[in-house]
Amino acid sequence: MSARRPAFLASGLAQVGACGIFLIRILRALPLSLRYLRETVRQIFFVGAMSLTIIMICGLFVGMVLGLQLYHTLSIFGGTAALGTVVALSLYRELGPVVTALLFAGRAGTSITAEIGLMRATDQLDAMEMMAVDPLAYVVAPRFLAGLIAMPLLACVFNALGIFGAHLVGVSWLGLDSGTFWSNMTSSVDVWTDVMNGVWKSAVFGAVCTLIATFQGYTTPPTSEGVAYATTRTVVFSSIATLAIDFVMTAFLM
Amino acid sequence: MAQRQSFQVGTGLFILLGFAALAYLATQTTSLANYRQGPSYDIVARFTNIGQLKLRAPVKVAGVRVGSVDGIVLEPDKLDAKVTLSIDDRYKIPDDSAAAIFTSGLLGDQYIALQPGGSPDNFRNGDEVVLTQSSMQLEELIGKYLVGQGDKPKPDADTPATQ
Repeated sequence: MSARRPAFLASGLAQVGACGIFLIRILRALPLSLRYLRETVRQIFFVGAMSLTIIMICGLFVGMVLGLQLYHTLSIFGGTAALGTVVALSLYRELGPVVTALLFAGRAGTSITAEIGLMRATDQLDAMEMMAVDPLAYVVAPRFLAGLIAMPLLACVFNALGIFGAHLVGVSWLGLDSGTFWSNMTSSVDVWTDVMNGVWKSAVFGAVCTLIATFQGYTTPPTSEGVAYATTRTVVFSSIATLAIDFVMTAFLM
Repeated sequence: MAQRQSFQVGTGLFILLGFAALAYLATQTTSLANYRQGPSYDIVARFTNIGQLKLRAPVKVAGVRVGSVDGIVLEPDKLDAKVTLSIDDRYKIPDDSAAAIFTSGLLGDQYIALQPGGSPDNFRNGDEVVLTQSSMQLEELIGKYLVGQGDKPKPDADTPATQ
């Protein structure tokens, strides 16, 4: 039993190291992948545009819940005028990037892992290598770029719908004054420190989640059971990595 | 062929939507919305204490925002704060106006209020505001109250302060 624990740690460290090396290989293959621009556009569609439904609905509900919860807490202090401020700041800086990343990992990450894992299991990746097509440049790098580009856009859509949801709950339902809501928000939210910080964060999350998804797919054992475990590991590791990096980046950008 | 076309259209629409959302967030919900910076001129005001005044704090005349604070530096020779106010070109302010640092509400941010004087000439770019009033510091107010009460008999510990 005691012999297994070091092996588990060692394999864990080996996984992290292999993931890092994989990232370097992807970055080296990026210039090559510019030949397959059409594939990248296709991937942006599958990874970004197809995720819009879940992002928009969840954004709306998160905004509504935030509006409701914060209204009741702020009304204890008579500070309901600050509802717009609090909702906007918490969405732009934290909830927008993080929740979008978690949803992205669950929806797009698992589909990437499954797709690449099945390519591995049906020997398509080996066939590509034999045809002198670099599978990293043709399969992995377009998906990596797509995730990097799509995540900030998805986070912005999430934020916009969140604000709309909070406005719906606060102004239309709970009777807050619309002018107070918007004017307090605009006077305390700053483009560079709030909105753009959220954009940088979501770009990093997109890169990390897509990296983990493609890595799990690429290195999965080529069996159906292996692919199933790989998709589970994608979601788990993406979520942990997102939240850990969120803390680090918040400390950095604060 | 039709499938390839629909992918590209779909992707284009998605990217457009994403940027539209970002533009909406940036312009409609942040302080960029009321920061419409037209042509402006600068005037300078010196204060002995600026309190909590920050860069980009509003400058108001009669409660209406006319500009913002552009720069705050400590003057090395007189050791007071030199504040640069950027006033929108639309507003002409008499050059004997006074600048005071007030707080919006009880606990809000501090801003600079220009109380207009009666001079026929207006401020030009680079002019200095002669009459300034620094921000109220809580300790000074308490000190004034205590000194003011020095001659009267000392109030009892339980009598309320508002006597």
